[in-house]
Amino acid sequence: MAFVTFFTQTVEWISQPWHWSISGVAIAGILFLMTWMGRSFGVSTAFRNLCTIAGAGKKHPFFDIDLKDEDWRMAFVGGAILGGFIGAHLLTSPEAVAISSSTIAHLKENFGMSYPQGHGFLPTDVFNFTNPKGIVLTIIGSFLVGFGARYGRGCTSGHAITGLSHLQLPSLLTVIGFFIGGLFMTWVIMPLIF
Amino acid sequence: MRRLSFFAVGILFGIIMTKSEAVSWFRIHEMFRFESFHMYGIIGTAVALGAIIIALMKRYKMKTLRDTEVGYTPMELRTTRHLLAGSIFGLGWALMGACPGPMFVMLGQGFWIFILVILSATLGTYAYGVVKDRLPH
Repeated sequence: MAFVTFFTQTVEWISQPWHWSISGVAIAGILFLMTWMGRSFGVSTAFRNLCTIAGAGKKHPFFDIDLKDEDWRMAFVGGAILGGFIGAHLLTSPEAVAISSSTIAHLKENFGMSYPQGHGFLPTDVFNFTNPKGIVLTIIGSFLVGFGARYGRGCTSGHAITGLSHLQLPSLLTVIGFFIGGLFMTWVIMPLIF
Repeated sequence: MRRLSFFAVGILFGIIMTKSEAVSWFRIHEMFRFESFHMYGIIGTAVALGAIIIALMKRYKMKTLRDTEVGYTPMELRTTRHLLAGSIFGLGWALMGACPGPMFVMLGQGFWIFILVILSATLGTYAYGVVKDRLPH
């Protein structure tokens, strides 16, 4: 029984919202594990692999790659899906994501968006399969992420975490680009379309 | 065994990204509006500690489990490409509130729209492969 109590308390403890410093240390831990296991931590190449799996290698040499050396990345991505399920459903926070009151006010006044929605992970009244506008935005936004990540040869994990930790100037410039695009979308485009 | 260990690290990653709230659309929006330190704290801590870890691994010539040196194949410095590609990525990141890692994590959380997200990001990657020779690199 003592073990059951210990287990329950541990789960409850982990389920609380994490302080940013704990999260930062944990992500550095992932970087360490991946580096120690001999791989450069990066997720977006998984999309290129999906293209190859779909047969794009026959048409374009860019996708004509040997997937044997990429099995680790696909295994990692598969794990991330399961981890998302565990984090959201078995280690559920007792409260919704505590975003700042000024963001909540802005969402309400300018976007007509209520908060929280669910546990505060996604504005589901926009991004769902019954909202045509949400579907169009989803297709465009995700397309840009996939395009930009390959053009820049990496995403947030490969550049902002791995590249910056290796003190790479190209990664720093790419991350600056992330913010140029992100700020323009947030401050200029989104107020027009939401 | 090798696949299983990367699968296990992936599970950890999914849990960490969920509990850190870095996969939250609202956290990303808040970050780009500079209304909270949360995301900057996470990335700042991860990179500061990450840089120390990588430097120590290199300093003590730690061998990886694949018996290789710890290193990074540097990219050629191409300022226009980095800024342009990064900006395109950033536009999508801010709109979707998710970068590639979180896209998979959010699918696991049970947001089915992320099937469409992953398909469309794959299509975007394919489009890059098709037009890449016509872009400035």
